[in-house]
Formats: sequence, C-alpha cells, structure tokens
Amino acid sequence: MARPTTDQTHDAAGEAAGEGTSAGGDGVRRRTFLGFVLSGSTLVAAAPLGVGAAPASADGIPTVPQPPEILDLNDFLTLAGASTSNLISITINADGTASFALPRAEVGQGITTSTAMIIAEELDLPVDKVEVTLAPARPELLLNQLTGGSNTTISTYTPIRVAAAVARRALLEAASVQLGDAVDQLVVKLGGVIEAPDGRRVTYGELAGPAAAAQSRGVEVELAERTSHPVIGRPQNRIDALDAVTGRKQFTTDLQVPDALPTMVCRAPNLNGRALRVHNVAEVERMPGVTHVALMDFGVAVRARTFGQCIDAVRAVRADWDPGTVTGESDETVLARLQRDQLPLPSLPSLPLLRTVNADVTFYFRSNSAMDTNSAIADVRADEAEIWSGLKSPVIAQEQIAAAIGLPVSKVRVNVTQSGGSFGRRLFFDGAMEAALISKAMGVPVKLMWHRADDARAGRTHPMCTSKIRAAHVGGQVVAFQQSHASVETDFRHGLGEAITGFAADLPAGLGNLGFAETVFTLTQEMPYNFGAVLQTLTESDGRFNTGSMRNIYSPDVRAASELVVDRLAADMRRDPYQFRRAFSRNARVTAVLDRVAQAGRWGRAMEPGTAQGIAIHKEYKGASACLVEIDCRPATVGRQVRDAVTGPRVTKVVFAIDVGLAINPRGLEAQMQGGINDGIALALTSSLHLRDGHFLEASWDNYFYTRQWNTPPEVEVHVMPSNSPQPGGAGEAGVAATFAAVACAYARATGTMPTHFPVNHLDDLAFEPKSFEPPVPASPTNGLRLTY
Amino acid sequence: MPRQTFRLNGETVSVDVEDDVRLLWVLRDLLGVVGPKYGCGINVCKACTSHVNGRAFNPCAVPVGDLGPDDEVTTIEGLPATVGAELHPMQEAWLERDVAQCGYCQPGQIMAAVALVRKVQREGRAISDADLDGIRNICRCGTYTRIREAVRAGERRM
Repeated sequence: MARPTTDQTHDAAGEAAGEGTSAGGDGVRRRTFLGFVLSGSTLVAAAPLGVGAAPASADGIPTVPQPPEILDLNDFLTLAGASTSNLISITINADGTASFALPRAEVGQGITTSTAMIIAEELDLPVDKVEVTLAPARPELLLNQLTGGSNTTISTYTPIRVAAAVARRALLEAASVQLGDAVDQLVVKLGGVIEAPDGRRVTYGELAGPAAAAQSRGVEVELAERTSHPVIGRPQNRIDALDAVTGRKQFTTDLQVPDALPTMVCRAPNLNGRALRVHNVAEVERMPGVTHVALMDFGVAVRARTFGQCIDAVRAVRADWDPGTVTGESDETVLARLQRDQLPLPSLPSLPLLRTVNADVTFYFRSNSAMDTNSAIADVRADEAEIWSGLKSPVIAQEQIAAAIGLPVSKVRVNVTQSGGSFGRRLFFDGAMEAALISKAMGVPVKLMWHRADDARAGRTHPMCTSKIRAAHVGGQVVAFQQSHASVETDFRHGLGEAITGFAADLPAGLGNLGFAETVFTLTQEMPYNFGAVLQTLTESDGRFNTGSMRNIYSPDVRAASELVVDRLAADMRRDPYQFRRAFSRNARVTAVLDRVAQAGRWGRAMEPGTAQGIAIHKEYKGASACLVEIDCRPATVGRQVRDAVTGPRVTKVVFAIDVGLAINPRGLEAQMQGGINDGIALALTSSLHLRDGHFLEASWDNYFYTRQWNTPPEVEVHVMPSNSPQPGGAGEAGVAATFAAVACAYARATGTMPTHFPVNHLDDLAFEPKSFEPPVPASPTNGLRLTY
Repeated sequence: MPRQTFRLNGETVSVDVEDDVRLLWVLRDLLGVVGPKYGCGINVCKACTSHVNGRAFNPCAVPVGDLGPDDEVTTIEGLPATVGAELHPMQEAWLERDVAQCGYCQPGQIMAAVALVRKVQREGRAISDADLDGIRNICRCGTYTRIREAVRAGERRM
C-alpha cells in the first residue's frame, strides 16, 4: 500500500477492506476499494460499511496532544463499526432510479438528503432520482447501526461512494456489451444515460437488468479525490420537504398498522415509581372506547379506540405505586451529592506573581423531549413480533426486546421510522420495549404514545452537573487550566456503551480503563487554547435518573463554563475577549472561524448599557465553530409579558461560523446550526426541569420553556467556511456549544455578573403552576372554539 | 353512540363517536387524517393547528360534538384546495426556504402562518416583527429563523 500523501495516517481498516492508495500521473490522488455486485434480478452494488475508516490527523502539531486530537469520538465510532465488514447496497431500478436503505435514523438532521446527494454525485443522477429509506434493524451490523455522535456522514461517506462507484462501473460494463464500445469510450451523461461515441444511448433503467449479477462477485473500484463537485457542497433542499409541508410525512403514530389501537400508560406520581396494584380495572375497562387495561411494571397501560379516550382512562386509573428512585430528593440535595463527589482541583505551584481565576457553575436538569413524543407500534404474536419506532440503536433494541418477550432475534422485525426530532433521545428504545411488553400482555397490537407529560416528567434528561474551574496566569501567559466536572450519571447503555466495551482495549493512552462516560468525555473534550497544563476531569455518580446524551453531550455545559472563565482571564489580564482568544488559539481552523464571526458581527461595536456582545469558540467532531451574539438585558426587554411564557433577556443577533471540513449540503448544515443556536439560547436562558420532592415539576410546553419565537434572535447569520478537506465532519450537534457559551459570556458582560447556574432563570420563582401528579396527565381542554384567530 | 357530522377539507363527513372526544383524535384515529400532529394535547404547543371556518384553531381542545354540520374544518391536507392549486403559497414559501427539519410541527406552523397573514390582512396591515414574535407554535428543532423568513415570503403572495 502506497503511503498516502495528504491526511491519511495508518489505515488498518482500509487494508482489511482491500483498500489501496495511489497518486496517478495527473497528480489526482486515487484510492482503490473492494466492492461487490450482488446477485439479483436487478443491479445491486454493495460495499463494506467499514471501508475507508481512518482517523484523520490533527491540523497542527500540538506539544501535548489531547486525546480528541489523536482519536476523537467520531474516529472511535467509525473504527468500532469498521470491524463488522457488512454490506450496504445501492439498487438500480428498472425506472432508472437508485434506491438505498440507510442503516441510520433520520430524526430531522437531514442525513437522508445528504446521503441522496452523495449517491447522486457518484452516479451522475439528479438527487430526485435517488430514493433513500431507513433500513430496519440489521443484527449482522452489530455496532454499526447506531446514529449518534454526529457520526453518520463521517462513517458512511466512503462506503456509500464505493457502492455507487461499483454500480456505475457495472452499468458501464453492461452498456459496453449493449453498445459494442469499450467502457473507456463511453460517456455517462447527467440523468442516468450512457452514450457511445456515435451518439447511441442507453439508460440506467434499461441497463439495470442486464447489469445484474447471477452470482455475487467482488469488484475493485477507484475513487478519485474530486477537484469539483457537481452535487456535494451545493445547497440542496431536503428530499422530504414536500412531504413535510403537505402533512404526508409519516411518523410512528401516523402509521396505520391493522388493529394497533391507541395505547397510553398511567405512570407513577414519583420518578420511576413502579405500579403495584390497580384498584379499578373493571371501571376503566367500561369507559367509552377502552378495550384493554393491563398492569405493567412501569405503569398501567390502557388501550382504546382513540388517544383522547386513552387520556380519559389514564386519568381515571386508581393505583398504588412504590415511591420511585428519588423519593424526597430535590435540586438542592442532588447538587449537594455532586459537590461531595466532585474531584478536588490539584494544587498549583506557588509562584509569587501567579494570579488565579476561579469559577463554580451548576447546570440544572434539562428535558430531552422532542416534539414527537416517545412512541412505538408493536404487534407481538406467539411466534413472531414486529415493531415500528424511531430508533437510533435498533440492533440493541431488537436483541433486548426479543429477550424480553421470549422470542429469537430472528423472529422480531424492528422497523426504523422517521422521528420528529431526537437530540439524542432516540438512542433509547424504552418506548419500543414498553409497546412490545404491552402488546404481549394484552395479546393485541398496540400503538403506544407517551403523553407530553410522560415525556417531560418520566423521559430522558440532560443530567444535572456542576463544574469547578481554576485557571492561573503569570507574566501574560496562562499556565494552567483545571476543570472538575461532576455530573449525574449519563446513561450510555444503548449501544454506544456496548461499542465502548468492545473496543476499550484498542483505545490509546490507557483510556480503556475508564467507564463509558469518562471515555466519551475524554474523547470529546478538547481545550482549544494554549493554556499550559490543562486538566479536565469528569466524575459521574448518581444513577437514579433517566438521562441521556442530549445534543452534544457534555460539550455545551463544559464549554459554557470554560468560556466564562476565558472571559474572566481576559479581563484579569486586561485583554479584549476576542483578541485574547485569538492569541491563545491552538488551531488555525478555530482562529479562522473566530475571525469570521468577529468581522461579520462587528465585534467591539458600541453597545447600549444593559446590552452586550459575547464571543466563544468550540472544537469537536472534526469541526471548528465560533459564535458571536448580542444580548439585550435591559428591564423593558426582560420584563416583556407573554402569557404562559418566559421572556427575559433577548438574544437579538447571532453570527455563527462553522468549519466541518467538506460540507455535503451547506443548506442543511446552515439549518442544523440555526437549530443548535436556539438550543444554546434555551440552555443559557430559559430551559430546565425543576426536581422537587421526588419528581420533576414540568409537564408540558407551557412549563418547559424551550426557545420560542419571542426568544429567538430576529437576526441570525450562519457562515459555512470554505474547506479543502476531502472528508466531511459532523453537523447535527455542532451549533449548540459555542452558542451556549457566547450567550453566557454576553449575559455576564451585559449584567456585570458572573452567572453561577444555568439556565439563568432556574432559581427564580416558578413561571407556572405545576400540573397534577395524580392523575399524571392533564385533562383535555374544551374551549378551543373560543380561541380562534 | 352519537353520529358526528361536519365538513372536512371540502367534504361532509360523518363518524360515530362520543361527543366529548376531541376533534384531533377523531381526525387522526378515526378518519386517518394525520397532518395535524399531537404535541401536548392541551393547546399549548400548537402542533395540531388547523382551520375552522377559515380561522386557526387547535382540534386537541375542541370536543367533536361542538361542531355543527356546516362547520368547515381545514387541515394541512385541505389547504391547497382553498386556493385551487397544488400547493398553497405558504407551502411554496416553506419549500423555497427549506424550513422543515424533522417536519413534525410544520403542518401546524404553516396553518398558523396562513391564519396570521389573513388576520393582518383583515386588519389592513402587514406582518410585523411583533406578529412573528407572537407565533406560539413550538419547534423543538429550532427552525424559527426560516419560519420567520417563510411567513414574510408567503405573505407577499397571499
């Protein structure tokens, strides 16, 4: 294998997949890969999903590289998948279209669109001739069917290109037979037409049958590094946009599965309380529309003709409950435990002129509830079962559901549906598991939907955490930066954890000895500044809550706390916050995005008292991001009155710059950044769950204050940085951390205070009246016709 | 069981169901009209926003028995027909701006936007920043920036 000339380092996975690299006489770097034409009646081209997996090297040569610069979470996920040499395949259909079942979950992040673009480019097809669906659980893919860590495009880009290149070559060979010209005489025209020198043509559709293989065979193809991209890198609207705006896009609860009637669960008043006994089964069964009532471990399940009747039935259930996992606990008691378990910061050398900056910042629980509540359809029979749900880890879901209902894995089909948002939530398959257990208990198909109150109170949360930071400077240099982050345990037991277990021994620098959480923390947290001796530690200790890796896992909190301290350091050293960051940046791409937002956002412009700018950077998922915000904390703004809402400080402008490397779809990338910006604002200013006396108070969107139109910035600019990188980076999470940090810094500057907790309003008087815990869901209103406009 | 009769997307429909079942479930669970989405069930998220007699409303908060046979309910599925086209101008604006991410709240967002534009047009004025700030439909993907652009673009064509 020739030594690559650019960014490729040792590529064990590539070698295993039969990959080689060469630089042709024209100077264009080419890599050869082994793909397959699979037997079938139409052309099916395939490639191993692990192909092309190689850790990219860092941009600079840091003196003491941090783990993410050697191997970040994405390299880890890609390598974990590389071991399972299983195939993804592209089918060429008789109508000239290409179809592909993506073994990942589309949850709004746009990967079906970007995948269609990658295939379209390699096959010279228009994007609308490529159909991308979601593959059901494929147990043979093991760890390689997990959607997380912004890893989809990073891990699937090369395999999909290889499969498409195999298809293209097979089509050309079939065309050569039909037209009687050698392959190198033929020209592929846009739109799936192959043309001979004399102008005779044959279409992909006509070739799909002739190009099919009677027996599967291996094919070697060459991928040239492209100098121009006809599709990739050009703004593309989502392939599901028309379905979305016409109401035709189908989510789990929209699917019509025969006899799968609406089903809901009456849950305990306290978090994770178990149902012990139901007093009024017969009474609930007699309610209008109700067909079944079943006592389950996790609550009392009711099935009815409509969800409205399920809600009424849930409200009528009278049951005994155990006290749950956190009985009597509140925000203060959980925080006290975290502070008790937090690792102390190591002592600093005593230098005469050493000055230190200290900070202690707490981040309260936040809800990981998406718009489309947790839902699943299950049809469990005596000898087989079928599940439909939005699942980011369907293989683990299939294994565990099969075990729970007592069927072999091969008898449980798990379909992955489109999800209405995830942000990490759909890594968990608790809805699918519940639906399967209820279907088995009732003996009928069920369409389980969590009530919004279930999602808010019993759903997944971003764990509460607290960060203690100390930074020291002397003689104009920052000599130490220490951060001790203590968090309620983040639940990774959804496949990512299993991946870590399987590969722990392969991790560098002894990381394999760490637990799941510490491994993820170590692989994602990278201090983007030259701050001397940097030490960031994580302790996780409290496993009683339902948590998850909400959009960007640790980074938003860790970076917000860090960047607040960076502002404090700059102030202590009498430097401008932007110039200070620039001077200490350890990465050219970070400096470039920082410069971009400072210029585009007119950093340092005169601002009214009570308003301020804030600026922050973040580096992760092979990308670099920077954010500049302007915030208005003047009383007239903070005191705006909107019913059932939190107003407060308003972020009036955001300028965001993102460098992900090769941006497959800049329009989709911009959308992900715009969404991440609103998440960052929510984390800083308005969104949290209050734990009081063993349960979360928030129960719906009039309690849980995610960013709304009255909070969102009227002005948002996203700059997608040009890049020469041949490799794409992650996009789904990259907008959150820098925004949260910039808003935190702007708030601190506008108010002249150092925030000690987030969101900043968490300790204010509650902005809502908590809804009842028994019954656990609110009544359906009746006044809708009086509220029209 | 009482028979409920009302007009849905231009046609008269009848369905046998109790008076107090909220219209959202009659549409979704009994009639298979699933464009209006469930997001809260208590009229705060606005994901089910549809029109009744041309005005925005939320079927999660309306017992089906409150509707009379002449009440015209329009869901996202029936919106294009109100302008006699394949797509309503607001849907076109949504497509041009590529607003949707997961798409779950977008039928409700579009129905709310159409009603908002009609309202300000009745009042003889144009959409203001305050009008946009006042849109209550939540989008957990955070597509607000493009929603604001699309509402203004749709307004220009309505």
